[in-house]
Amino acid sequence: MTTVELGMPDAPTPIDAAIARSLEQHGPKLTELKGKDFKTDQEVRWCPGCGDYVILNAVQSFLPSLGIAREDMVIVSGIGCSSRFPYYMNTYGMHSIHGRAPAIATGLAASRPDLSVWVVTGDGDALSIGGNHLIHALRRNVNMTILLFNNRIYGLTKGQYSPTSEVGKVTKSTPMGSLDHPFNPVSLALGADATFVGRAMDSDRKGLTDVLRQAAEHQGTSLVEIYQNCNIFNDGAFELLKDPATGPMWTIPLEHGKPLVFGPDGASCVVREDFGGLRIAETNQVDASEIVVHDATREDPSYAFALSRLSSQDLRYTPMGVFRKVRKPSYEAMMAEQLDEARLQGAGDLAELLAGGDTWEVKA
Amino acid sequence: MTGTNPTVAPSSSNGALATSVSTSAPGGLVKSVVELDRVVIRLAGDSGDGMQLTGNRFTSETASFGNDLKTLPNFPAEIRAPTGTLPGVSSFQLQFADHDVMTPGDAPDVLVAMNPAALKANLAELPGGGLLILDSDEFTPRNLAKVGYATNPIEDGSLEGWQTVSVPLTSMTTDALKDSGLGKKEAERSKNMFTLGLLSWMYHRPTEGTIRFLERQFRRKPEIAAANIAAFRAGYNYGDTTEAFAVSYEIKPAPMKPGRYRNISGNQALALGLVAAGQRSGLPVFLGAYPITPASDILHELSRHKSFGVRTFQAEDEIAGIGAALGASFGGALGITTTSGPGVALKAETIGLAVMTELPLVIVDVQRGGPSTGLPTKTEQSDLLQAMFGRNGEAPVPVIAPRSPGDCFDAAVEAARIALTYRTPVMLLSDGYLANGAEPWAIPDADSLPDLTTAVAFATEPNGEDGEFLPYLRDEETLARAWAIPGTAGMQHRIGGLEKADRTGNISYDPANHDFMTRTRQAKIDGIAATIPPTDVEDPDGDARVAVIGWGSTYGPIGAACRRIRSSGRKVAQIHLRHINPFPADLGEVLARYDRVICPEMNLGQLALLLRAKYLVDVQSHTQVRGMPFRSAELAAVIQDAIDIAGPDTTAPDTTAPAAVDPVAVNGALQ
Ligand SMILES: Cc1ncc(C[n+]2csc(CCOP(=O)(O)OP(=O)(O)O)c2C)c(N)n1
Ligand code: SF4
Ligand SMILES: [Mg+2]
Repeated sequence: MTTVELGMPDAPTPIDAAIARSLEQHGPKLTELKGKDFKTDQEVRWCPGCGDYVILNAVQSFLPSLGIAREDMVIVSGIGCSSRFPYYMNTYGMHSIHGRAPAIATGLAASRPDLSVWVVTGDGDALSIGGNHLIHALRRNVNMTILLFNNRIYGLTKGQYSPTSEVGKVTKSTPMGSLDHPFNPVSLALGADATFVGRAMDSDRKGLTDVLRQAAEHQGTSLVEIYQNCNIFNDGAFELLKDPATGPMWTIPLEHGKPLVFGPDGASCVVREDFGGLRIAETNQVDASEIVVHDATREDPSYAFALSRLSSQDLRYTPMGVFRKVRKPSYEAMMAEQLDEARLQGAGDLAELLAGGDTWEVKA
Repeated sequence: MTGTNPTVAPSSSNGALATSVSTSAPGGLVKSVVELDRVVIRLAGDSGDGMQLTGNRFTSETASFGNDLKTLPNFPAEIRAPTGTLPGVSSFQLQFADHDVMTPGDAPDVLVAMNPAALKANLAELPGGGLLILDSDEFTPRNLAKVGYATNPIEDGSLEGWQTVSVPLTSMTTDALKDSGLGKKEAERSKNMFTLGLLSWMYHRPTEGTIRFLERQFRRKPEIAAANIAAFRAGYNYGDTTEAFAVSYEIKPAPMKPGRYRNISGNQALALGLVAAGQRSGLPVFLGAYPITPASDILHELSRHKSFGVRTFQAEDEIAGIGAALGASFGGALGITTTSGPGVALKAETIGLAVMTELPLVIVDVQRGGPSTGLPTKTEQSDLLQAMFGRNGEAPVPVIAPRSPGDCFDAAVEAARIALTYRTPVMLLSDGYLANGAEPWAIPDADSLPDLTTAVAFATEPNGEDGEFLPYLRDEETLARAWAIPGTAGMQHRIGGLEKADRTGNISYDPANHDFMTRTRQAKIDGIAATIPPTDVEDPDGDARVAVIGWGSTYGPIGAACRRIRSSGRKVAQIHLRHINPFPADLGEVLARYDRVICPEMNLGQLALLLRAKYLVDVQSHTQVRGMPFRSAELAAVIQDAIDIAGPDTTAPDTTAPAAVDPVAVNGALQ
């Protein structure tokens, strides 16, 4: 069992004591689990055919391979269809309020480094109402994994355009087409200096699992944008990438250490451009040495950013996989270090603290 | 040196008692010592003049000497308003006495004005005959013009109504420091310490503390420390030798309960109370906060106590601050967020989530003038109704308020007790006056503080009949739900903002369940009344017919006003509320005992509204929102009027029948 260093090194804290007591009851922590162990008795309430089911199944079946006990995992979500996720996971969970999950998860992860903290959020939840919390979580690098279910629409409120909807989107609130320029969530995260940024497709079990595993293992904040089909309000939003006929043409798979060659017969590739940018070229038109070899570990985020800018609003040339994965001290670890440093002189003594400063005695 | 009255005579303005006169003769000068029972001093200057520091140092000297005291710092909202202008004036007032003091004083007996702006901004509040000390060096044509003085008040006779001593404080300071190696500008900055030295002489203050403080403060700049100490000593010696001040004053120590004391501000006490609550509950403290005046000092103070396992998180905004605190509470920490009114407005939705998830959380609102950005540096009590009702839905939250700077400590411990015992967010309403004001504080014995460990009983075993964990199964007595923290095996569960089914905590849209849960959440908060003390009533005569009821920081001014009333032979009761939600169980009965109930508040009648609604008592609301505490003389006049209206004290009031007060007649008399 992992003990939690929470401030009073001598006596076990009530937190340590509670965990220890529960383990006496349950025996050693169960880390050899099956996918079904992560299911709950709650009826899943998404629309039939919703991409959220696919993601839930993928997560439930890959989680056992991480070896995390169910009680050590906490999923915090905001509000939206996607944010119903925690109810279906046999872990600890909080279905919080719209946009605030990263903030709530930050407090939990910062005070309980022993837990595996996950955030599930939607494109509206994370990028509209919660945009501020998201970018600050990313720059702080608190150890947590954020799954951003991007369906490019507000599902739960029945179909308004979202901050990732393409310009001109006709919805109930934009009968003549939306005017807002959309965010590219990966670019946004990289702009906030996120240490781990990835993208995956709901229906691509293998690709999704691979990105999720790396995200979960990363120390610090990981953001995974998951393209998720809302078959009710934005059906087919990612069809260009999913359709076997067009998908390979427009998808750039990111594999660390491999040249960025894609398309049928590897006809297309990514090469460098002026001003540090990247562009698409025809493989047979360039020298092999010009083709960019993917390196997710580059300290400087501008390469990953350039990658993220290859795709357009209509999803042509969309890189999928891990854009960036760099080591940086995580927030809760540094916070714990400061506490340890402060305790080098000895743990705080309450009586001493209360009697601090200039004092005087009044005699009887 | 110029002065309209070079030899200052004993002052007994503002009712202070000059009890004895003796003489002493240092250096051949005949100097007398006058004994006073209390003094109110106000130091005023430009924000760059260091008046707050000077005031704080004088306060420390006074506290360690053993006087009782209260302070009232008053600073401008701008950090660096243009020098010498009215918006740039900063002041610090304190009252100290040989008896217990309840307020910083209505008006100063002594005003120190470091420049024309400080004089202009404060003179109207100095009663005629009061002592006025001016820095004559600053009364230059340019500085006079900045605040619209056509002629120099020191010379044009306009200050004749006061005992004015104008002293070249600046040049005497630079003279004293001419060998210090400091430039003129730098040397001038020590004039506040010169002034402090002078005042320390005038009031026989111990000086070692200040010298130690300066040494400590400028540890890394020994030449600055030396200059300040030299200026401080020069000011002291100047008082001792000058003819300008023929009199010095002695204020005997106040009788206080035996024990060890320190001087403490409200924000400091509140922060220490939160650390203590963590220690006494065994839970790690997690503070999520976003800086805002006048609450930031709590964040600063708590950030220094990492050796107690206190984690402080400066969030990106108030919503994240409370969100992180709630997340930490979910994980088993004592989650806290500190802010002021505008921040509470932003936190409202998360407070609602804490009500729904039934997790402990302490929300500290150090109130300031509102609405909107309002008066950031001024005090007000206008967030009471926001604290009570400022959320969507039926979202009851306990509300408690400290009465004095030192009481902020106990209020913080009490807030944590309620939050942990009942698994609920708690609002702690301090205010700008309490936050920055200071008083001597009897240091509590750490081991006799409330034991909060029993309030924290994390659930570790399934509590359902079928071996399942029911997170919304409640304790029969407190109605608190079972609290299992992540990491506890076999207790995985999900909570959230959607309505919960009773017992299981599953999502429920069932109408009957919602009705039941709404009433249960209310009943849980109402039930807290069972663990709070009965209403605090001070009625020394026992048969007053008029009562004054207050909450929070008005305790001092109301108490002082009641004393005035009683010293004139009349009777009045003071009722003070620490718990505003729920009210003490006996409050209705207590209120019914009085013919008239007056409720002074620094808002437009928020507590009065609650009392009227709950108890059908015809409370007379007396309000003021001037950004400053009430003056006790004004409150005394209001009480006096009420006593007169209530009529001669011939019959004992009927304690059983509140209907004995005819609301129509009383209202008629009032309006
Ligand atoms: C404070 C607040 N404002 C608005 C809402 C209404 N609301 C709920 S979900 C949502 C948008 C959700 O969109 P997204 O995050 O993309 O989630 P999806 O349903 O698409 O998964 C909105 C506007 C709310 N619950 N709370
Ligand atoms: S509205 Fe869209 S996102 Fe929401 S559950 Fe239905 S299909 Fe899924
Ligand atoms: Mg969406």
